[in-house]
Amino acid sequence: MKSIYDNEMKLEFLSKSNNEAFARITVAAFVSQLDPTIEELADIKTAVSEAVTNCIIHGYEDCEGVVKIIGRIFANTIEIEISDTGRGIENVDLARKPLYTTKANLERSGMGFTIMESFMDEVEIESVLGLGTKIKMKKMIKKIPIEEDSLELMSLGGI
Amino acid sequence: MNINYNQNEKVLCIEITEEIDHHAADKIRRKVDNEITRYMPRKTVFDFSRVTFMDSAGIGMIIGRYKMMKLIGGSLEIENVNESSKKILEMSGILKIIPISELKMA
Repeated sequence: MKSIYDNEMKLEFLSKSNNEAFARITVAAFVSQLDPTIEELADIKTAVSEAVTNCIIHGYEDCEGVVKIIGRIFANTIEIEISDTGRGIENVDLARKPLYTTKANLERSGMGFTIMESFMDEVEIESVLGLGTKIKMKKMIKKIPIEEDSLELMSLGGI
Repeated sequence: MNINYNQNEKVLCIEITEEIDHHAADKIRRKVDNEITRYMPRKTVFDFSRVTFMDSAGIGMIIGRYKMMKLIGGSLEIENVNESSKKILEMSGILKIIPISELKMA
């Protein structure tokens, strides 16, 4: 079956906190084929880290489960889906609010969704209590195309 | 993580050498709290020159240590913050209460 996307990957791992680094580095490696800037790559890594941490500490809380990541590339846009089958979010609007956290005792800052939203172009949250949460994020990698004309001009200028 | 305490000036310097996410923040928190209780410093300085990654877990960790230093009548500073960490610190609003210095590119 041919995918409608230019590229696609799937990743599944146990909800252990030492997999947070594994997840963001793997997604970064997948995104690197779009030739992002250092800043774009840092933004994506941070957003992935936030979403994966949420699955681990909120979705699965004290029990262990599986975190699933799907990465898709279409033209110069990366789409990342991060999901768990954990407890779900009671009030998504509240969870999105900056500084809102249900885990202040763990020194959580309540900035997770705020960071995802400001570092990515689009963030969708689907959550069903008792069934789990899925975060879908998109970011366009804004490559500045070098036109042939300007290349020619540059080489002329160099002579 | 490298820890250095200056007895004369009562300054505790903590050089963080790992990426600060939720996993690492737990470890950093435990270790730093131990050191603060042991030395009761006048000032704690986080050296971020080797921090290549930080997410919101870093914010929670920093605010927690800031509160602790405040409680013992001391202060907290962050040194050598790179561009991407600064972006997150800025977003959280903690730059209003915690002084930072930026990483100078060689």
